[in-house]
Amino acid sequence: MTRILYFGRLTDIAGTSEEILDLPASVETAGELRTWLDLRFEADGALLEPTVRIAVNNEIAFDADALSGADEIALMPPVGGG
Amino acid sequence: MITLSAQPIDAPALLRAFENVVADAGAVVTFSGLVRPASTLGDVRTLHLQAYSPMTERGIEQAVSIAKTRWALSHVSVVHRIGDMKPGETIVFVATASKHRRAAFEAADYLMDYLKTEAVFWKKEVSSDAAIWIEPRTEDYKDAARWREGEAS
Repeated sequence: MTRILYFGRLTDIAGTSEEILDLPASVETAGELRTWLDLRFEADGALLEPTVRIAVNNEIAFDADALSGADEIALMPPVGGG
Repeated sequence: MITLSAQPIDAPALLRAFENVVADAGAVVTFSGLVRPASTLGDVRTLHLQAYSPMTERGIEQAVSIAKTRWALSHVSVVHRIGDMKPGETIVFVATASKHRRAAFEAADYLMDYLKTEAVFWKKEVSSDAAIWIEPRTEDYKDAARWREGEAS
């Protein structure tokens, strides 16, 4: 089971800010997760944008990085406060 | 010190507390960012701020560390609001203390550029008839890039 968090405008696309999922066996990397979620939400590429970053267990991950051992995955559109 | 606060930020009280701690500093600069009452959407009713702990705090700590290596700072305080806030409320408070003013001014400016473009926050403006997620403007990225140019030279 993996906790998936959606931040910023991705909250609206996912329809939730958080869910707990059993990822399919075919989703082994951060990039594969992007593609799988984009299709699942019919997001039309919104999750594939390079400005959307992925954090695995609170560390930024690259698309080629494996998701094994991921307890929490965050999908993060461009950040900014202040 | 870095604080994410779900409660309203009292900037004058924070400044007083900061000045008490840094009494020997010589120069203190503070910046307060307030929620604007109007945006492209029209009247803003609520600004919603999301953070992702502990990534948000860790990133700000790192930016403060970089500022401290770059400028001779004795103290730094960053307080950032999270959750829902109203126009006119303080969203961010940054204070820097140094022996002389230039370091304190520049470090506060640097930290604000970090907070605007790299700090792990997401902002949503809610007006009477719409809600929109706000991402950094081109100007914000340009401002932040000034410090990278400085590093290269």
